Amino acid sequence: MNGLLGPLLALAGAAALAAAADDRRSGYDFASPEIRAMQDDDTANPGNLWVLQGETLWDKRAGAADRSCADCHGDARVSMKGVAARYPAFDAALARPLDLEQRINQCRTEHQRAEPLAWESEDLLAVTAFVARQSRGLPITVSSSPELRPFLASGRELFEQREGQLNLACSQCHDDNWGKRLAGNLIPQGHPTGYPLYRLEWQGLGSLQRRLRNCMTGVRAEPFDYGAPQAVALELYLMERARGMPMDAPAVRP
Amino acid sequence: MARVLINFPQRAKRGDIIEIKTLIQHPMETGYRLDNKGAAIPRDIINCFTCTYNGEEVFRAELFPAISANPFIAFSTVATQSGELVFSWSADRSQTQTETRQINVE
Repeated sequence: MNGLLGPLLALAGAAALAAAADDRRSGYDFASPEIRAMQDDDTANPGNLWVLQGETLWDKRAGAADRSCADCHGDARVSMKGVAARYPAFDAALARPLDLEQRINQCRTEHQRAEPLAWESEDLLAVTAFVARQSRGLPITVSSSPELRPFLASGRELFEQREGQLNLACSQCHDDNWGKRLAGNLIPQGHPTGYPLYRLEWQGLGSLQRRLRNCMTGVRAEPFDYGAPQAVALELYLMERARGMPMDAPAVRP
Repeated sequence: MARVLINFPQRAKRGDIIEIKTLIQHPMETGYRLDNKGAAIPRDIINCFTCTYNGEEVFRAELFPAISANPFIAFSTVATQSGELVFSWSADRSQTQTETRQINVE
Protein backbone atom coordinates (compact mmCIF):
# COMPACT_ATOMS: atom_id res chain seq x y z
CA MET A 1 0.00 0.00 0.00
CA ASN A 2 2.90 2.37 0.76
CA GLY A 3 4.04 2.04 -2.81
CA LEU A 4 0.69 3.38 -3.91
CA LEU A 5 0.52 6.20 -1.39
CA GLY A 6 3.71 7.93 -2.51
CA PRO A 7 2.57 8.88 -6.01
CA LEU A 8 -0.94 9.58 -4.72
CA LEU A 9 0.35 12.09 -2.21
CA ALA A 10 2.50 13.67 -4.89
CA LEU A 11 -0.60 13.89 -7.06
CA ALA A 12 -2.58 15.43 -4.22
CA GLY A 13 0.15 18.04 -3.88
CA ALA A 14 0.07 18.83 -7.57
CA ALA A 15 -3.70 19.03 -7.47
CA ALA A 16 -3.57 21.43 -4.52
CA LEU A 17 -1.43 23.83 -6.57
CA ALA A 18 -3.95 23.80 -9.38
CA ALA A 19 -6.83 24.04 -6.92
CA ALA A 20 -7.29 27.77 -7.43
CA ALA A 21 -8.15 27.20 -11.08
CA ASP A 22 -9.99 23.90 -10.99
CA ASP A 23 -9.79 21.28 -8.29
CA ARG A 24 -11.84 18.76 -10.15
CA ARG A 25 -10.16 15.43 -10.68
CA SER A 26 -11.46 12.48 -12.60
CA GLY A 27 -11.37 8.90 -11.40
CA TYR A 28 -8.34 8.45 -13.63
CA ASP A 29 -6.35 10.86 -11.45
CA PHE A 30 -7.28 8.86 -8.36
CA ALA A 31 -6.45 5.49 -9.89
CA SER A 32 -3.15 3.73 -9.23
CA PRO A 33 -0.37 4.01 -11.85
CA GLU A 34 -0.97 0.34 -12.72
CA ILE A 35 -4.65 0.92 -13.44
CA ARG A 36 -3.88 4.06 -15.44
CA ALA A 37 -1.36 2.11 -17.52
CA MET A 38 -4.00 -0.56 -18.10
CA GLN A 39 -6.51 2.04 -19.30
CA ASP A 40 -4.03 3.78 -21.59
CA ASP A 41 -2.84 0.63 -23.36
CA ASP A 42 -5.45 -0.36 -25.94
CA THR A 43 -4.51 -4.04 -25.73
CA ALA A 44 -4.51 -4.15 -21.94
CA ASN A 45 -7.76 -2.20 -21.50
CA PRO A 46 -10.49 -4.86 -21.31
CA GLY A 47 -13.12 -2.23 -22.18
CA ASN A 48 -11.83 -2.47 -25.72
CA LEU A 49 -13.27 -5.98 -26.00
CA TRP A 50 -16.71 -4.36 -25.82
CA VAL A 51 -15.65 -1.55 -28.17
CA LEU A 52 -14.64 -4.25 -30.64
CA GLN A 53 -18.03 -5.93 -30.33
CA GLY A 54 -19.77 -2.57 -30.65
CA GLU A 55 -17.93 -1.95 -33.90
CA THR A 56 -19.33 -5.22 -35.26
CA LEU A 57 -22.85 -4.40 -34.07
CA TRP A 58 -22.62 -0.92 -35.62
CA ASP A 59 -22.54 -2.51 -39.07
CA LYS A 60 -25.04 -5.26 -38.32
CA ARG A 61 -28.55 -4.91 -39.74
CA ALA A 62 -31.37 -5.35 -37.25
CA GLY A 63 -35.12 -5.11 -36.88
CA ALA A 64 -38.01 -4.91 -39.31
CA ALA A 65 -36.37 -1.98 -41.10
CA ASP A 66 -33.32 -4.16 -41.76
CA ARG A 67 -30.97 -1.26 -41.22
CA SER A 68 -27.71 -1.01 -39.35
CA CYS A 69 -26.48 1.96 -37.33
CA ALA A 70 -23.98 2.60 -40.12
CA ASP A 71 -26.73 2.84 -42.76
CA CYS A 72 -27.87 6.13 -41.23
CA HIS A 73 -24.86 7.34 -39.23
CA GLY A 74 -22.06 6.19 -41.52
CA ASP A 75 -18.59 5.98 -40.07
CA ALA A 76 -18.91 6.28 -36.29
CA ARG A 77 -15.40 7.71 -36.04
CA VAL A 78 -16.76 10.82 -37.73
CA SER A 79 -20.47 10.87 -36.93
CA MET A 80 -20.21 9.85 -33.27
CA LYS A 81 -17.25 12.06 -32.41
CA GLY A 82 -18.14 14.03 -29.29
CA VAL A 83 -21.66 12.64 -29.10
CA ALA A 84 -21.24 10.78 -25.80
CA ALA A 85 -19.82 13.96 -24.27
CA ARG A 86 -23.16 15.69 -24.88
CA TYR A 87 -25.45 13.12 -23.21
CA PRO A 88 -27.91 13.06 -21.46
CA ALA A 89 -29.56 15.31 -24.05
CA PHE A 90 -33.06 16.75 -24.24
CA ASP A 91 -35.57 14.90 -26.39
CA ALA A 92 -38.21 17.31 -27.61
CA ALA A 93 -40.84 14.66 -28.40
CA LEU A 94 -40.60 13.07 -24.96
CA ALA A 95 -40.02 16.43 -23.21
CA ARG A 96 -37.31 14.92 -21.02
CA PRO A 97 -33.61 14.14 -21.26
CA LEU A 98 -32.40 10.77 -22.50
CA ASP A 99 -29.05 9.25 -21.68
CA LEU A 100 -26.86 7.59 -24.28
CA GLU A 101 -28.19 4.07 -23.63
CA GLN A 102 -31.78 5.29 -23.93
CA ARG A 103 -30.94 7.17 -27.12
CA ILE A 104 -29.43 4.04 -28.66
CA ASN A 105 -32.53 2.07 -27.75
CA GLN A 106 -34.78 4.82 -29.09
CA CYS A 107 -32.92 4.58 -32.39
CA ARG A 108 -33.39 0.82 -32.34
CA THR A 109 -37.14 0.92 -31.73
CA GLU A 110 -37.97 3.93 -33.96
CA HIS A 111 -35.59 3.61 -36.86
CA GLN A 112 -34.54 -0.03 -36.93
CA ARG A 113 -37.93 -1.17 -35.60
CA ALA A 114 -36.11 -3.72 -33.47
CA GLU A 115 -36.51 -4.82 -29.88
CA PRO A 116 -34.73 -2.48 -27.46
CA LEU A 117 -31.57 -3.92 -25.92
CA ALA A 118 -31.82 -4.82 -22.25
CA TRP A 119 -30.06 -2.57 -19.73
CA GLU A 120 -26.54 -3.79 -18.95
CA SER A 121 -26.78 -6.42 -21.67
CA GLU A 122 -23.51 -7.13 -23.42
CA ASP A 123 -24.86 -5.70 -26.68
CA LEU A 124 -26.08 -2.41 -25.22
CA LEU A 125 -22.82 -1.97 -23.33
CA ALA A 126 -20.89 -2.77 -26.50
CA VAL A 127 -22.69 -0.20 -28.68
CA THR A 128 -22.49 2.41 -25.91
CA ALA A 129 -18.79 1.72 -25.39
CA PHE A 130 -18.13 1.98 -29.12
CA VAL A 131 -19.98 5.31 -29.34
CA ALA A 132 -18.38 6.64 -26.15
CA ARG A 133 -14.92 5.65 -27.39
CA GLN A 134 -15.29 8.16 -30.24
CA SER A 135 -15.38 10.99 -27.65
CA ARG A 136 -12.13 10.05 -25.95
CA GLY A 137 -10.14 13.15 -25.04
CA LEU A 138 -13.00 15.52 -25.89
CA PRO A 139 -14.43 17.78 -23.19
CA ILE A 140 -17.82 17.04 -21.62
CA THR A 141 -20.26 19.57 -23.07
CA VAL A 142 -23.82 18.81 -22.04
CA SER A 143 -26.32 21.25 -23.47
CA SER A 144 -27.11 24.30 -21.36
CA SER A 145 -30.51 24.76 -22.98
CA PRO A 146 -33.28 26.12 -20.72
CA GLU A 147 -35.40 22.97 -21.22
CA LEU A 148 -32.83 20.99 -19.25
CA ARG A 149 -32.78 23.33 -16.27
CA PRO A 150 -35.56 21.70 -14.22
CA PHE A 151 -33.98 18.27 -14.75
CA LEU A 152 -30.59 19.61 -13.78
CA ALA A 153 -32.09 21.12 -10.64
CA SER A 154 -33.75 17.85 -9.67
CA GLY A 155 -30.49 15.98 -10.35
CA ARG A 156 -28.65 18.36 -8.05
CA GLU A 157 -31.32 17.93 -5.41
CA LEU A 158 -30.91 14.14 -5.60
CA PHE A 159 -27.15 14.53 -5.32
CA GLU A 160 -27.47 16.58 -2.16
CA GLN A 161 -30.31 14.67 -0.57
CA ARG A 162 -29.55 12.26 2.26
CA GLU A 163 -30.95 8.80 1.75
CA GLY A 164 -30.81 5.19 2.86
CA GLN A 165 -30.22 3.62 6.25
CA LEU A 166 -26.80 5.25 6.39
CA ASN A 167 -28.51 8.59 5.72
CA LEU A 168 -25.83 9.83 3.36
CA ALA A 169 -26.04 12.13 0.36
CA CYS A 170 -23.80 11.70 -2.70
CA SER A 171 -22.35 15.13 -1.96
CA GLN A 172 -21.20 14.16 1.54
CA CYS A 173 -18.67 11.75 0.07
CA HIS A 174 -17.97 13.15 -3.37
CA ASP A 175 -18.04 16.91 -2.62
CA ASP A 176 -17.07 17.11 1.03
CA ASN A 177 -14.76 14.15 1.62
CA TRP A 178 -13.11 13.20 -1.65
CA GLY A 179 -9.51 12.15 -1.38
CA LYS A 180 -10.15 10.51 2.01
CA ARG A 181 -10.74 6.82 2.47
CA LEU A 182 -13.93 4.87 2.89
CA ALA A 183 -12.71 1.62 4.40
CA GLY A 184 -9.77 0.81 2.11
CA ASN A 185 -11.02 2.77 -0.86
CA LEU A 186 -10.10 6.25 -1.93
CA ILE A 187 -13.21 8.41 -2.38
CA PRO A 188 -13.18 9.99 -5.84
CA GLN A 189 -15.07 13.13 -6.81
CA GLY A 190 -17.53 11.11 -8.84
CA HIS A 191 -17.07 12.62 -12.29
CA PRO A 192 -18.58 10.36 -14.95
CA THR A 193 -15.86 10.85 -17.57
CA GLY A 194 -15.26 7.24 -18.51
CA TYR A 195 -18.58 5.41 -18.80
CA PRO A 196 -19.28 2.73 -19.72
CA LEU A 197 -16.21 1.62 -17.81
CA TYR A 198 -14.45 -1.57 -16.82
CA ARG A 199 -14.41 -1.99 -13.08
CA LEU A 200 -11.96 -4.54 -11.74
CA GLU A 201 -14.43 -5.25 -8.94
CA TRP A 202 -17.12 -6.08 -11.50
CA GLN A 203 -14.76 -8.05 -13.74
CA GLY A 204 -16.72 -6.47 -16.54
CA LEU A 205 -18.04 -3.34 -18.20
CA GLY A 206 -20.86 -1.36 -16.59
CA SER A 207 -22.90 1.77 -17.20
CA LEU A 208 -23.08 4.91 -15.09
CA GLN A 209 -26.52 3.80 -13.95
CA ARG A 210 -25.07 0.55 -12.65
CA ARG A 211 -22.50 2.58 -10.74
CA LEU A 212 -25.18 4.85 -9.27
CA ARG A 213 -27.24 1.84 -8.18
CA ASN A 214 -24.08 0.41 -6.66
CA CYS A 215 -23.52 3.54 -4.54
CA MET A 216 -27.19 3.64 -3.53
CA THR A 217 -27.10 0.03 -2.38
CA GLY A 218 -23.93 0.98 -0.51
CA VAL A 219 -25.76 3.57 1.58
CA ARG A 220 -28.59 1.04 2.05
CA ALA A 221 -31.05 3.01 -0.07
CA GLU A 222 -33.41 1.54 -2.61
CA PRO A 223 -31.71 2.03 -5.97
CA PHE A 224 -33.48 3.63 -8.94
CA ASP A 225 -34.66 1.28 -11.63
CA TYR A 226 -32.55 1.27 -14.77
CA GLY A 227 -33.71 4.12 -16.98
CA ALA A 228 -35.71 5.83 -14.21
CA PRO A 229 -36.14 9.58 -14.81
CA GLN A 230 -34.40 10.35 -11.49
CA ALA A 231 -31.38 8.31 -12.55
CA VAL A 232 -31.15 10.26 -15.81
CA ALA A 233 -31.53 13.57 -13.92
CA LEU A 234 -28.68 12.54 -11.64
CA GLU A 235 -26.57 11.54 -14.65
CA LEU A 236 -27.32 14.93 -16.19
CA TYR A 237 -26.25 16.78 -13.03
CA LEU A 238 -23.05 14.73 -12.82
CA MET A 239 -22.18 15.51 -16.44
CA GLU A 240 -22.87 19.21 -15.87
CA ARG A 241 -20.70 19.08 -12.75
CA ALA A 242 -17.92 17.57 -14.88
CA ARG A 243 -18.39 20.05 -17.76
CA GLY A 244 -15.13 20.61 -19.63
CA MET A 245 -13.36 17.54 -18.23
CA PRO A 246 -12.03 15.20 -20.93
CA MET A 247 -13.84 11.94 -21.65
CA ASP A 248 -11.78 8.77 -21.20
CA ALA A 249 -14.26 6.01 -22.03
CA PRO A 250 -13.91 3.07 -21.82
CA ALA A 251 -12.10 3.77 -18.56
CA VAL A 252 -10.64 1.25 -16.11
CA ARG A 253 -11.33 1.73 -12.42
CA PRO A 254 -10.53 -0.34 -9.32
CA MET B 1 -16.03 -17.18 -30.31
CA ALA B 2 -14.65 -14.93 -27.67
CA ARG B 3 -13.32 -11.54 -28.58
CA VAL B 4 -9.55 -11.26 -28.61
CA LEU B 5 -7.04 -8.40 -28.79
CA ILE B 6 -3.49 -9.18 -29.83
CA ASN B 7 -0.75 -6.60 -30.18
CA PHE B 8 2.89 -6.81 -31.23
CA PRO B 9 5.13 -4.65 -33.43
CA GLN B 10 4.04 -5.03 -37.05
CA ARG B 11 7.64 -4.83 -38.25
CA ALA B 12 10.67 -6.08 -36.38
CA LYS B 13 14.37 -6.48 -37.13
CA ARG B 14 15.88 -9.94 -36.96
CA GLY B 15 17.12 -10.57 -33.42
CA ASP B 16 14.88 -7.92 -31.82
CA ILE B 17 13.14 -8.83 -28.61
CA ILE B 18 9.46 -8.12 -29.23
CA GLU B 19 6.70 -7.84 -26.69
CA ILE B 20 3.46 -9.67 -27.49
CA LYS B 21 0.32 -8.67 -25.60
CA THR B 22 -2.90 -10.64 -25.62
CA LEU B 23 -6.31 -10.06 -24.08
CA ILE B 24 -9.19 -12.49 -24.36
CA GLN B 25 -12.76 -12.25 -23.19
CA HIS B 26 -13.53 -15.03 -20.75
CA PRO B 27 -15.52 -15.17 -17.50
CA MET B 28 -12.88 -17.29 -15.69
CA GLU B 29 -15.62 -18.83 -13.55
CA THR B 30 -13.85 -20.21 -10.50
CA GLY B 31 -16.20 -23.09 -9.68
CA TYR B 32 -16.47 -21.83 -6.10
CA ARG B 33 -19.49 -19.60 -6.64
CA LEU B 34 -23.17 -20.39 -6.26
CA ASP B 35 -25.98 -19.13 -8.47
CA ASN B 36 -29.08 -17.42 -7.04
CA LYS B 37 -30.71 -20.81 -6.39
CA GLY B 38 -27.73 -22.07 -4.40
CA ALA B 39 -26.46 -24.47 -7.05
CA ALA B 40 -22.74 -24.52 -7.71
CA ILE B 41 -21.69 -22.77 -10.92
CA PRO B 42 -19.36 -25.22 -12.66
CA ARG B 43 -15.77 -24.19 -13.12
CA ASP B 44 -14.98 -22.71 -16.51
CA ILE B 45 -11.56 -21.19 -16.77
CA ILE B 46 -8.97 -20.95 -19.47
CA ASN B 47 -6.52 -23.52 -18.18
CA CYS B 48 -3.78 -23.22 -20.76
CA PHE B 49 -2.46 -20.60 -23.15
CA THR B 50 0.20 -21.29 -25.75
CA CYS B 51 1.90 -19.33 -28.49
CA THR B 52 3.78 -20.94 -31.33
CA TYR B 53 6.06 -19.09 -33.72
CA ASN B 54 6.33 -20.87 -37.06
CA GLY B 55 5.30 -24.09 -35.36
CA GLU B 56 7.74 -23.79 -32.47
CA GLU B 57 6.29 -23.18 -29.04
CA VAL B 58 7.70 -19.93 -27.62
CA PHE B 59 5.39 -19.41 -24.68
CA ARG B 60 3.07 -21.49 -22.52
CA ALA B 61 1.12 -20.54 -19.41
CA GLU B 62 -1.05 -22.60 -17.11
CA LEU B 63 -3.92 -20.68 -15.57
CA PHE B 64 -5.71 -21.33 -12.30
CA PRO B 65 -9.01 -20.26 -10.70
CA ALA B 66 -7.64 -17.16 -8.95
CA ILE B 67 -6.96 -15.44 -12.25
CA SER B 68 -9.42 -12.65 -13.03
CA ALA B 69 -11.89 -12.54 -15.91
CA ASN B 70 -10.65 -11.47 -19.35
CA PRO B 71 -7.05 -12.56 -18.75
CA PHE B 72 -4.32 -10.33 -20.15
CA ILE B 73 -1.08 -12.15 -20.95
CA ALA B 74 2.04 -10.35 -22.14
CA PHE B 75 5.34 -12.03 -22.94
CA SER B 76 8.34 -11.51 -25.16
CA THR B 77 10.15 -13.50 -27.77
CA VAL B 78 12.99 -12.97 -30.22
CA ALA B 79 11.97 -12.09 -33.77
CA THR B 80 13.80 -14.70 -35.85
CA GLN B 81 11.99 -14.72 -39.19
CA SER B 82 8.77 -13.66 -40.86
CA GLY B 83 5.93 -16.07 -40.39
CA GLU B 84 3.00 -17.05 -38.33
CA LEU B 85 2.20 -16.59 -34.67
CA VAL B 86 -0.52 -18.94 -33.48
CA PHE B 87 -2.21 -18.20 -30.17
CA SER B 88 -4.35 -20.80 -28.51
CA TRP B 89 -6.45 -20.63 -25.36
CA SER B 90 -7.98 -23.85 -24.09
CA ALA B 91 -10.74 -23.74 -21.52
CA ASP B 92 -12.56 -26.19 -19.26
CA ARG B 93 -15.95 -25.96 -20.94
CA SER B 94 -15.85 -23.55 -23.82
CA GLN B 95 -14.19 -24.34 -27.11
CA THR B 96 -10.47 -23.88 -27.59
CA GLN B 97 -9.88 -20.58 -29.31
CA THR B 98 -7.09 -20.21 -31.84
CA GLU B 99 -5.95 -16.99 -33.48
CA THR B 100 -3.30 -16.62 -36.16
CA ARG B 101 -1.32 -13.46 -36.90
CA GLN B 102 1.44 -12.69 -39.38
CA ILE B 103 4.72 -11.16 -38.32
CA ASN B 104 7.15 -9.41 -40.66
CA VAL B 105 10.83 -9.63 -39.79
CA GLU B 106 13.39 -7.74 -41.84
